[in-house]
Amino acid sequence: MKKLLILGAGTAGTMMLNKLRHRLDKKEWEITIVENDPNHYYQPGFLFVPFGIYNKTEIVKPKADFFPNHIHAVWDEVVKIEPENNQVLLKNNDPLAYDVLLIATGCTPDPAETPGLQGELWEKDIFTFYTYEGSCALHDKLENWEGGKLVINIVDMPIKCPPAPLEFTFLAEAFFTNKGMRDKVDITFVTPMSGPFTKPVASKMLSGLLAERNIHSVHDFYIEKVDEANKKIVSYDEKEVPFDLLITIPTNKGAAMVAASGLDEGDDLNFAVTDKHTLQSKQFENIFVIGDATNLPASKAGSVAHFEGEVLTENILEFIAGKPLTHQFDGHSNCFIETGYGQASVIDFNYEVQPLPGKFPVPGIGPLSLLGISRINHWGKLAFKWAYWNMLLKGIPFPISTNMSMAGKEEEAATEA
Amino acid sequence: MSEVLIAGKSVSVNEEGYLTDPSQWNREIAEQIAAEVNITLTPKHWEVLEYLREKQQAGEMLNIRKIGKSGIVDIKEFYQLFPGGPLKNASKIAGIPKPASCI
Repeated sequence: MKKLLILGAGTAGTMMLNKLRHRLDKKEWEITIVENDPNHYYQPGFLFVPFGIYNKTEIVKPKADFFPNHIHAVWDEVVKIEPENNQVLLKNNDPLAYDVLLIATGCTPDPAETPGLQGELWEKDIFTFYTYEGSCALHDKLENWEGGKLVINIVDMPIKCPPAPLEFTFLAEAFFTNKGMRDKVDITFVTPMSGPFTKPVASKMLSGLLAERNIHSVHDFYIEKVDEANKKIVSYDEKEVPFDLLITIPTNKGAAMVAASGLDEGDDLNFAVTDKHTLQSKQFENIFVIGDATNLPASKAGSVAHFEGEVLTENILEFIAGKPLTHQFDGHSNCFIETGYGQASVIDFNYEVQPLPGKFPVPGIGPLSLLGISRINHWGKLAFKWAYWNMLLKGIPFPISTNMSMAGKEEEAATEA
Repeated sequence: MSEVLIAGKSVSVNEEGYLTDPSQWNREIAEQIAAEVNITLTPKHWEVLEYLREKQQAGEMLNIRKIGKSGIVDIKEFYQLFPGGPLKNASKIAGIPKPASCI
């Protein structure tokens, strides 16, 4: 029997487990997945829990519920990959040998990277909604918070789900307005980027929306530390922003074992060096990487993992058959952006083309409005939770093409921005 | 994209003023772009600029964090050398494209 080994059973790993089990001959290929955490979190839900839109129980399910039959699951921590020996070392079990390895170990926020974040103010006046525990703790804090200076700060890029900090900001503004206490809350969005979003047309639209909602925006702010005594965040060039309640999006890092295995770029962010079109490791031809674990210049998001999955399944099958890899990932990303008050926007883009206005997924018709703000976009985001649990993780195809389409997009918007 | 004259040489730049072809760059061009943002280039500046050009040529992603680990400057010194947006300014002076580290 030949062995295919998948590391990580998050969104990308679970989806690939289902797709590959379906496509690989059971008499010829044994598939094993290694994972340490038995819980699967619906991560887009972390954004909604603080505001009571979702409760904390509806976004967690056992990971094993999404595994197909005829696979092996090993519940353990990966210590190191030994690519020269084609094996993976585990903390509590014997090493696992592989013919083909798929790394899907994702990324996680690391507040310890920034001095003062995880000090005495942690989960008293400093919170993150980027983890399940953090999101639940913030929900409890917001229930009784009496107002003051609310600061949302992105520590560094890249981060998982790049629109989430802005969505949080819009949802917070609406939350305090609905509570009748907006006049008691001063909201500031602080980012290391030059504008609220990474891509120009979307950034212009979102920066207008921040101003309209009376949210202050500070850009080009690269945080060095938290001044705990004076409750201020301080940048490397000594700018300061005071806070009463700080929502941090800490440095996002890949799994430490990626660097321990020598597969990263050497910048201690632990992202695996990956071909941005084929998703093959640049160092070892029988290693592939998917989702947040890669160093691709694409968003770290579930939709990206989904589009990558379509390409990668075909490439792995070609690799196994000894053929050249012919399927190319184009950097396609697609996300909803919650804007508060039951409305949302939608963006669709790839490596080359930034998000543009238009209609999606049916050109000219929609029903979703790209870069527009509508109630139906918000329903789309809420409906996605069902599709996530019932289709995406199980590897069932979506009615959205893998490669981004220009149909339905207004190209002239790019030249006006 | 357009052609402009910098330090007596015609080079192509994008709408934000970044050189689109790093091979058209030379030290006089760097000095003139630096002067426009009120920076006088010292030996330390040159070390950073050479590091950026080298990494860019090697196809590596550039970000502030990586420069802070380059052994040439730490992040604080990088900000002091190229105030404001250090990576944006340093890349423009180094004649390389604006780094796409912000995804």
